[in-house]
Amino acid sequence: MELKDKLVSSFFALEEEFDAENGIYDIRNQAIKDFETLGFPNRKDENWKYTSLNTILKHDYSLFPKKEDALEYRDIKKYLIHDIDTYNLVFIDGIYSSHLSQTTHDKIDVCLMSSALSKDKYRPLIENYYNKLAPKTGLNSLNTAFAREGAFIHIHKNLQADKPIQIINFATGNESALMLQPRNLIMVDENSHVQIIERHQSLTDHPVLTNSVTELFAGKRAFVDYYKIQNDKDSASLIDNTFIEQQGESNVSVHTFSFGGKLTRNNLNFYQKGERIDSTMKGVTIIEDKQHVDHNTLVHHIEPNCESHQDYKGIYGDRSTGVFNGKVIVEKEAQKTNAYQANNNILADDKATINSKPQLEIFADDVKCSHGCTIGQLDEEALFYLQSRGIPRKEARGLLMYAFANNVLESVKIPEVKKRINKLIATKLGVELGFNL
Amino acid sequence: MAYTEDDLKKELETKEYEYGFYTDIESETFPVGLNEDIVRAISKKKEEPEWMTEWRLEAFREWQKMEEPEWANVKYPKPDFQNISYYSAPNKKPKYESLDEVDPELLDTFKKLGISLDEQKKLAGVAVDVVMDSVSVTTTFKKTLAEKGIIFCSISEAIQEHPELVKKYIGSVVPKKDNFYAALNSAVFSDGSFCYIPKGVRCPMELSTYFRINQAGTGQFERTLVIAEPGSYVSYLEGCTAPMRDENQLHAAVVELIALDDAEIKYSTVQNWYPGNKEGKGGVYNFVTKRGLCEKGAKISWTQVETGSAVTWKYPSCILKGDNSVGEFYSIAVTNNFQQADTGTKMIHLGKNTKSTIISKGISAGKSQNSYRGLVQINPRAENARNFSQCDSLLMGNKCGAHTFPYIEVKNKSAKVEHEATTSKIGEDQIFYCNQRGIDTEKAIALIVNGFSKEVLNKLPMEFAVEAQKLLEISLEGSVG
Repeated sequence: MELKDKLVSSFFALEEEFDAENGIYDIRNQAIKDFETLGFPNRKDENWKYTSLNTILKHDYSLFPKKEDALEYRDIKKYLIHDIDTYNLVFIDGIYSSHLSQTTHDKIDVCLMSSALSKDKYRPLIENYYNKLAPKTGLNSLNTAFAREGAFIHIHKNLQADKPIQIINFATGNESALMLQPRNLIMVDENSHVQIIERHQSLTDHPVLTNSVTELFAGKRAFVDYYKIQNDKDSASLIDNTFIEQQGESNVSVHTFSFGGKLTRNNLNFYQKGERIDSTMKGVTIIEDKQHVDHNTLVHHIEPNCESHQDYKGIYGDRSTGVFNGKVIVEKEAQKTNAYQANNNILADDKATINSKPQLEIFADDVKCSHGCTIGQLDEEALFYLQSRGIPRKEARGLLMYAFANNVLESVKIPEVKKRINKLIATKLGVELGFNL
Repeated sequence: MAYTEDDLKKELETKEYEYGFYTDIESETFPVGLNEDIVRAISKKKEEPEWMTEWRLEAFREWQKMEEPEWANVKYPKPDFQNISYYSAPNKKPKYESLDEVDPELLDTFKKLGISLDEQKKLAGVAVDVVMDSVSVTTTFKKTLAEKGIIFCSISEAIQEHPELVKKYIGSVVPKKDNFYAALNSAVFSDGSFCYIPKGVRCPMELSTYFRINQAGTGQFERTLVIAEPGSYVSYLEGCTAPMRDENQLHAAVVELIALDDAEIKYSTVQNWYPGNKEGKGGVYNFVTKRGLCEKGAKISWTQVETGSAVTWKYPSCILKGDNSVGEFYSIAVTNNFQQADTGTKMIHLGKNTKSTIISKGISAGKSQNSYRGLVQINPRAENARNFSQCDSLLMGNKCGAHTFPYIEVKNKSAKVEHEATTSKIGEDQIFYCNQRGIDTEKAIALIVNGFSKEVLNKLPMEFAVEAQKLLEISLEGSVG
């Protein structure tokens, strides 16, 4: 039986269990109907021209894993940014792990989707925000139909989250293949600040497919700093769907670090619903083997005087494939928009491929929009210069690649995250950098 | 340049589509509709050999199975292919020895088009092949060219007289089932130009074709085949006009260029089909497939100035098959009122050390939509391939749109690919600067647009550059206030 049919039939089999939940029963039912009509995207779909899901959809995924494996803090410590104090939301095989997490309801809400869904207190928020942003696509609908758990974060007006929040999804996979559908809802009210770190990590060699949906609402003058760290096993695939709505004068930046996983697809969408908004998307991709990373971004400029910045760097080794598909839409009311998009790539091996499609759709005349895309190699002269000063070729290459990726890191605001990413890049490039930032 | 501001003023006053006359020439037109019989009839009319008829029929059968492409960023009512006449020829079969024998009314037409044949024959040294309503009317300078061994004639003549060349190359670059419109063209093309440059010959003059749709309710399907033997050079010009009509006319051409080892082909187009009136009524649908094949060390350069047509769908491409071959694409696309253009290029790098350059300038005004859509593909064997692309858009007013859809696919690590795109409007400071030096706003804009397009205009042969410059200004007239 095809995966799609299996998913649809298992939904109906488990409908009764869902019935017990409040609030989103109708939304779920509509979503499964939508998924049934839309199905999984294929390469005929312009947005999926360069990424085929066929290989990862052939597994017989189990949707409802058995109870969690007992994981201890020491097992997962290395996947956390553990040297600073953070709120943690740890999910194991899609189920919340209370003894590994640290949540709060003190002024700000950092808690679970499942509890938010079942408590009346949160009913108005769920009604106003849940599934209001994610457009109707096959993958979003699939997630909406099955999602039961994830992060629920609400930063009230004029507050600053006192420490960063980490959202970590582990897959232990006692099943032969596991599909996870995490669902995050993040509301940052007026004048609030928050920093979030998100990670998906598989601890098993069995195939894991994560289809995650995150909806983020940034109120007026809100400030959101979001980091996605993707360094998974070759058996794990991730489809990350993130939708961000910004109100006037808010500032949201998302950094995506993609260092591994069989197939990673990042759908990152910004909708600007006010004036003087700033949206930033940055990414570093360093992959090898047969890995595949696809960054698909959209910035929708609806109101005047807004800015968007995109900067994606990629280094592709072995037979890996990189895709960048960036789209900027400037509506005719959005005068004085300043949209900038850059995509720079290095192909390190002959079999590696890069497909880049930076698109601009502009309907307003008084705008500054530009995009640039380059594909090239390391400068031989720079390599020679370093070698002539006694730095071995391998290290010299590493240094240059590091320098290439580094200006994306400059805007990382949490020093510990920067350090961690630095370390990951150095390991990826196989060099000892000999210095710390 | 001799073209002064006063000339511009004069041009701007006559802002209506100046080629919108209809020439009353008796012509023979086939009944509307398309089926195998019509295809056979066209082939028979052209006295074509059996293999050509079969080739057309194969294309027709493929076409029936195909669907109209939907992916382009243009919206238009689909043409009814059964409501078009696929053949329309000026009645008197024009096989003239000298210009005196030509129907005087036809000559008048050409005069209005500004391609007075005899004048050009003497002065410009341009050999012109005129295709009116799909049939090649006259080819000048044939004899001079023949001395060099250059064949420049209509494609139907070439099918008769040089079947071995046509048979070898037709459909070799644009296969008959390449796409919907190419298949349609392959089935029903009624005429077009054929050009053959022998080995090592440098064509002494610019070759030129002028296309015109005259008859109502007809489609124009011409086919151009240019073959440059090793080491040869040719520069080829193409111009298009049509009378003003309320209905949409269809133009679906196929152009194939073959540049053998070390040959160079320069292909320039000034496209000025009727763009429809201010309310967006009428105008030509311009659905064209143009492609060139470069063998070792060959070079193909496409230059286009697109100011006309209601809908343009056109991607002149280069297949850089041979090592060290070079492809170039220079384009200016201007859209005004309700025009829509989806144009760009494809650079397919197959050989080693291949180079390509893409310079595309889009200018949108009124309520028009202007898209650049281009593909740069570096294949695994294309060592040291190099590409530079630049797409600039200029927007006038906030009712129009400018879109950029570049596709970049790289499968070789030694490739160097650069792409950049910008979108902007004419700066108020630029206009102010001109104003304070006594240049009024209208002229200032013409000046700035000219500067914006210079890189591409410079690539056109002299005679065309002047015409193109005028066209730009006329197309944009009244778009800024």
